[in-house]
Amino acid sequence: MGMTTHVNIVSAEEEIFSGTAEMVFAPAIMGEVGIAPRHTPMLTPLKAGEVRLQTAGKEEQFFYVSGGMLEVQPHVVTVLADTAIRAHDLDEAAALEAQKQAESALKDSAGKVDYAKAQAELAEAMAQLKAIEHLRKTKR
Amino acid sequence: MAGGKEIRTKIESVKNTQKITSAMEMVAASKMRKAKDRMDAARPYAEKMRSVVGHLANAHPEYKHPFMIEREVKRVGYIVVSSDRGLCGGLNINVFKAVIASMKEWDDKGVDVDVCTIGKKAASFFARLNSNIIGKLDDYGDAPRAHELIGSVKVMLDAYYEGKIDRLYLVFNDFVNTMTQQAHIEQILPLPAEDDESLKHHWDYIYEPDAKNVLDELLMRYVESLVYQSVVENIACEMSARMIAMKSATDNAGDIIDELQLIYNKARQAAITQEISEIVSGAAAV
Repeated sequence: MGMTTHVNIVSAEEEIFSGTAEMVFAPAIMGEVGIAPRHTPMLTPLKAGEVRLQTAGKEEQFFYVSGGMLEVQPHVVTVLADTAIRAHDLDEAAALEAQKQAESALKDSAGKVDYAKAQAELAEAMAQLKAIEHLRKTKR
Repeated sequence: MAGGKEIRTKIESVKNTQKITSAMEMVAASKMRKAKDRMDAARPYAEKMRSVVGHLANAHPEYKHPFMIEREVKRVGYIVVSSDRGLCGGLNINVFKAVIASMKEWDDKGVDVDVCTIGKKAASFFARLNSNIIGKLDDYGDAPRAHELIGSVKVMLDAYYEGKIDRLYLVFNDFVNTMTQQAHIEQILPLPAEDDESLKHHWDYIYEPDAKNVLDELLMRYVESLVYQSVVENIACEMSARMIAMKSATDNAGDIIDELQLIYNKARQAAITQEISEIVSGAAAV
């Protein structure tokens, strides 16, 4: 049996693969890379494509990733997969959308915040909740 | 029979309310289970991400990323995670209280505050306060996708890059257990440095294409994963808080129904007694 390295493939929403492999191929941003066990530490973004694992017994496993990051440590390879296609323009559009939403919330310009007043209001709300709780208990 | 009909109608209406609250309780309970699953599913990514960033903090890169440099604080940013809907007890209020207390500290030092709100409750609260909201995300639903959060996070990261804010906090509810949720403030930028002696020997990654690009990509994803994790956790908190609130509402409705039933029975009894005594005295008069 040849040497193996531990491989983790995870996305923000779920764990996709965890196990060992003899060889890992990943679509790095500069071109496909093949990682053998005891590779020197490396960090690179991935582009959309296929992550290929050669597991013991020359079996192959494929995983599609839409992008992400690849971290290589001598005995662990970690693929942090994205859940969606990322592009600078798309991210920019999303940020603009969030900003636009915020602006619509602020019809009157942002003035000075009265923190004391806010604290008092919140304290009042908390007191109301406590009072309700108290009423409930004493009624029993 | 005095007020008998009114009391009966009232009982009916309370019963209807009770049906609604108990249905909401059950819905919240099942949604909570799903939210908890999602929370657990998101954990491996966050852990792996944390360990990669941990390795990185101990490596000796030739390039220092701005996210890792402590700056003099002139303005701070908060990402506040709240629920979209109400009827969940003191959940959001607890978060807001924690944020306001922390904001006030900065305010006393003459530091201005920017806010990015996630969830309608935070948006309306901070808009009413006249806070400077620079990013906003509403209606993220019960199962938000990680990429839906990119925009609001990027607004804050860009502000940090441009030097508009010098520190970034994330505020959300920590899911302790079904009964307990804890408002939690976490500093995400600059990255709090971790010391791990075992990794202190001199080494560095190979960066492809170069350190700056790689770190930009990585740390952006790191912050996004923190925010995603906190949103998912906050949903689990929201559901369990709602479940508890609705359970106590259902119990309360039950109490009210019992009380009204007692009043109704008394009124009915009084009416019958009165009728009998009227008949008896009527018969005696004949």
